[in-house]
Amino acid sequence: MGMTIGEKIIARAAGVSSVKPGEIHTIDVDYLMSNDGTTHLTIDMFYNQLKNPRIADKDKLVFIIDHNIPAENPKTAAAHKKMREFAKKYDIAFYEGKGVCHQIMLEDFVEPGQFIMGADSHTCSYGAVGAFGTGIGCTDFLYAMVTGKSWVLVPETIRFNLTGKLREGVYPRDLILTIIGDIGANGCNYKIMEFAGEGAHGLSVNDRFVLCNLAVEAGAKTGIVEPDEKVVEFMKEHGRSYEHLYASDADASFLQVYDYDLSKIEPVVAEPHFVDNVKPLSEVGEVKIDEAFLGSCNNGRIDELRVAAAILKGRKVHPDVRFLITPASNSVYLQALEEGLVDIFLEAGAMMMNPNCSVCWGSCQGVIGEGEVLISTGTRNFKGRAGHKDSKVYLASAATVAASAVAGKIVGVERL
Amino acid sequence: MEQFKGKVWLLGDDIDTDIIIPTEYLALPSVEDMKKYAFSPLREELAGQIEKGDIIVAGKNFGCGSSREQAPEIIKQLGVRCVIAKSFARIFFRNAINNGLLLIENKELSDDVAEGDVITVTIGEKIHAGGKDYPITPLPENLMDILNAGGLVKAMQARNGV
Repeated sequence: MGMTIGEKIIARAAGVSSVKPGEIHTIDVDYLMSNDGTTHLTIDMFYNQLKNPRIADKDKLVFIIDHNIPAENPKTAAAHKKMREFAKKYDIAFYEGKGVCHQIMLEDFVEPGQFIMGADSHTCSYGAVGAFGTGIGCTDFLYAMVTGKSWVLVPETIRFNLTGKLREGVYPRDLILTIIGDIGANGCNYKIMEFAGEGAHGLSVNDRFVLCNLAVEAGAKTGIVEPDEKVVEFMKEHGRSYEHLYASDADASFLQVYDYDLSKIEPVVAEPHFVDNVKPLSEVGEVKIDEAFLGSCNNGRIDELRVAAAILKGRKVHPDVRFLITPASNSVYLQALEEGLVDIFLEAGAMMMNPNCSVCWGSCQGVIGEGEVLISTGTRNFKGRAGHKDSKVYLASAATVAASAVAGKIVGVERL
Repeated sequence: MEQFKGKVWLLGDDIDTDIIIPTEYLALPSVEDMKKYAFSPLREELAGQIEKGDIIVAGKNFGCGSSREQAPEIIKQLGVRCVIAKSFARIFFRNAINNGLLLIENKELSDDVAEGDVITVTIGEKIHAGGKDYPITPLPENLMDILNAGGLVKAMQARNGV
């Protein structure tokens, strides 16, 4: 019996020739990433609960401050200080204020075929370059940091066969929200979502990242696309290795196969308060907004900034709307500056924010108040996710967010 | 097999980690400080009503969302003996086991019980509620080892000598 990409990566990490769904394996982790959401908790456990604290391999660790940067109160400043000092003491790769953790991992670390654990649920993004990334909590992180190992239950794989091309004005963001709307918020619970077919290979690394990043919103352990020449090109550009390019075997076993014709996908919106609460943009009705947000690990890269800039050029943000734009990393920000996109955003009346998790997780600047409505390219629209518990978050593509920011209500660009 | 009784708090589907503990309270210094805000976006009074030994019964996809480990820690700190749900989100599932919080998957119970019911759990065997038995599928051995050790850190201390 053949194996899927995900199974092959687990087998390699476990040092065995093959694995089957349902087996539990001990694996070597290639990278361990932790951000300021919980690293201080890991460090507390390291110092206070272990008799002989040690680090298995400091070169596998990456610490990134992105959730509350710059610190907004003495408590987060203290958590950051703890993280900074620990990284220095143990000579751990450390990033602060450079961008959202998953974007940094994509730009500087992830290679195809690696098994990566991150103390953040959206670690599932790394399948964009054919790696197995998965989110864990801080205790799992501690265990892997100390032992260099972790355990995995080999998940079953669900394949999404993509054919055709997205139409003009429809984005990968619309595709993945449509899929989640169809299968539900636990439609792939503990499964691997494998995106395959010519439709998947027609997408750029950026667009694959958009798909894989939201896999966790369907409950998946990871999302992955078979790495191809686009991934090899990306690795060459970034000066990294691409020796482990895995593909699913022809006789690999999939729990389920879904077929999606990309040309039939239309712009969609996830309404409050669940990511699977998806409906076509055309059926949303009259929804006034108070704030719009373009950014996050899902949708804050140069591709999305270009889409928004093309819409905002020569237009103004609606006077009743705050439009916050947060590039996913400094390199994205620099690229946007170079292309003149930031000029367009500022002239339109948008606010440029420093690269961080921003409005998406409701703790950086830009939180919304009681009864307010946000349209966002963030990852989640849970109740209270972006601020007050009685506020509302709608999720949509960069194009819909930019058009809505101009209109003051949720609309597609064709209605401007 | 170990057996315990507990009073049921009944919750719905998709209880996410932002409901269990909203982002704005994560900066508080300890789980002890955070726990009074547990479930506040959904039921503001719930955290104050839960008593030691109570049982949370919920629908599908309990714990979906973020990897924030404060979520299962808070539920444990509130004194909840176990969470029984139709299904659990996977990161929450790992985090709960790693913190020694017992989770039981059962597809029917949440449709059959009412809030305030007292139910009996025999670990690894069955749930007894309203005159009916609901079998429990035991967890894999290595997860039971973590749970029995009182969480992953304690299991690691025993296993790896750190």
